[in-house]
Amino acid sequence: MKKRFLVYFLIVVAIYVIVTVLMKIGVIDDYIKLNLFLIMLNIILGVSLNLINGITGQFSLGHAGFMAIGAYTTAVLTTLEKPLPFYLTVLIGGLLAMLCGLLIGLPVLRLRGDYLAIATLGFGEIIRVIIQNIDYLGGASGISDIPQGIDWTGYFIITVITVVVILNIINSSFGRAMIAIREDEIAAEAMGINTTLYKVLAFMIGAFFAGIAGSVYSGSFGFIQPDMFNFFKSIDILVIVVLGGLGSISGSIISAIVLTIISALLQNYPEVRMILYSLILIVIMLFRPQGLLGTKEIKLSKIIPMLGGDR
Amino acid sequence: MTTFIQQLINGITLGSVYALIALGYTMVYGIIKLINFAHGDVFMVGAYIAFLCVTYLKLGLLPALIISMIFCALLGMLIEKFAYKPLRNSPRISALITAIGVSLFLENLMQLLMGADSRVFPRLVNEKNYHLFHGKVVVNSKQIYLLIITVLLMLLLNFIVKNTKIGKAMRAVSQDMDAARLMGINVDTTISYTFAIGSALAAAGGVLVGLYYNTINPLMGVLPGLKAFIAAVFGGIGIIPGAMLGGFSLGVIETLVSGYGSSMYKDAVAFALLILILILKPSGLLGKNIKEKV
Repeated sequence: MKKRFLVYFLIVVAIYVIVTVLMKIGVIDDYIKLNLFLIMLNIILGVSLNLINGITGQFSLGHAGFMAIGAYTTAVLTTLEKPLPFYLTVLIGGLLAMLCGLLIGLPVLRLRGDYLAIATLGFGEIIRVIIQNIDYLGGASGISDIPQGIDWTGYFIITVITVVVILNIINSSFGRAMIAIREDEIAAEAMGINTTLYKVLAFMIGAFFAGIAGSVYSGSFGFIQPDMFNFFKSIDILVIVVLGGLGSISGSIISAIVLTIISALLQNYPEVRMILYSLILIVIMLFRPQGLLGTKEIKLSKIIPMLGGDR
Repeated sequence: MTTFIQQLINGITLGSVYALIALGYTMVYGIIKLINFAHGDVFMVGAYIAFLCVTYLKLGLLPALIISMIFCALLGMLIEKFAYKPLRNSPRISALITAIGVSLFLENLMQLLMGADSRVFPRLVNEKNYHLFHGKVVVNSKQIYLLIITVLLMLLLNFIVKNTKIGKAMRAVSQDMDAARLMGINVDTTISYTFAIGSALAAAGGVLVGLYYNTINPLMGVLPGLKAFIAAVFGGIGIIPGAMLGGFSLGVIETLVSGYGSSMYKDAVAFALLILILILKPSGLLGKNIKEKV
């Protein structure tokens, strides 16, 4: 166990060092750096939505709404006369989104399947409409000139923390309860699992990280407006989760990377990109409904036999 | 008081469109338990087909309406055959994700073909304002057209469902698909027809909206689609009169909110209404409570 932890730790550090060096010597220019940021944002969003949709088997379409809460929290708190430190606003943004996740989760999670999807979609839109109607938040034109509070190091650390936290949740007894709910909610309840508790928990944790992603977004891109967090943003995140596999964290990470690169390449043809996304959704559902990786994880121990087999 | 009547008239006009789209949702949901996310986009395609007919073929309102309805009926059957039929026995979430995919596909294909900008829908009827209550309440001739066409289509649908063989088959399949199959009903054909009828109604709704607002764009189906779904749930999903009731109520509520409150909040109110009804009476206003089978 210790050896495996060390290997993972070394790999993460190695990625960090290599990218930092490449940035210093100028191989990674600003454009690539921007896309690196987007990749990491999408990893946070995809992994956190996967906890709700993939691991717990609930169907949420309101992730963009939680992202908006985080984004606006940071935007407001860092443009005050006495601005709060950036990382504090990230935490507040996450917690506020989590609170909303609780408020929404309690009533809505009594619903199942497609009703839940529509209700969460509705809540995401309600959040957006409310933000749009508050003059203090800049209305439809949004907030600009948000001071830049985060660099590559911060991004990297937040992404790694997100992935590690969510992986730990999944591998704990919490996570097993969530998976039990996904597999059969009624049977899980009969086995004594408090299904409401775990569903709400998954929803809150997912919302928390979506809020953090939103905060990080506004702290790095400097400009937000309500339309960035509409229904289509939620779909974008859904595509990441579905492509990677509903229930596979490594799948979400890989598909976040692949899809961000694809959409960067198609930047000048937004319609083509969305047609491609829609076809990905349809084709995957028709031929591999569980997503490319399904619930499987790519483990280093399988690639490098030296590390020993599964636990 | 006159303001209220004015809002009521506007609300009923808007609501009749919601009702038309909601009928398609409710029929499809009643039969295969699928929220057809792409329904709102069929509505948009309907508006564009009529637009093309009127602009390039110089057709009048009625021929354009009929062509658009036929085209969308075929489109609906096509979508069902390729996207939903293979998934009939898989988890409902897969079908839902596919429906979202189809919806995105139609929206973006239309953007690619016709451009993302709004188009001006030609004026097809003589516009005339009728003043009631000493000129304090205005009824537009477009509103009258819209209401007449909607009511006629609803009566037609009612006739089809109640009095024809295919309607009987639809009702049987929605009661129990397997039993219907045992009775010799061709379930696949029935589902296909349901999609065709629902899509044709949505197309009519699209044409009428184009006529009413004089403008169409590739994303015009998203919000009305979602609201029609809300209307269907509000009245009791799977129940045809429920969809009509839900559509008209939602239209009236929405115009009242924008008339007396802020028009910015009308979309939020629709969703809040949905969540409220799902929590308080999940089976909808006209629905009966059915215990979920384990």
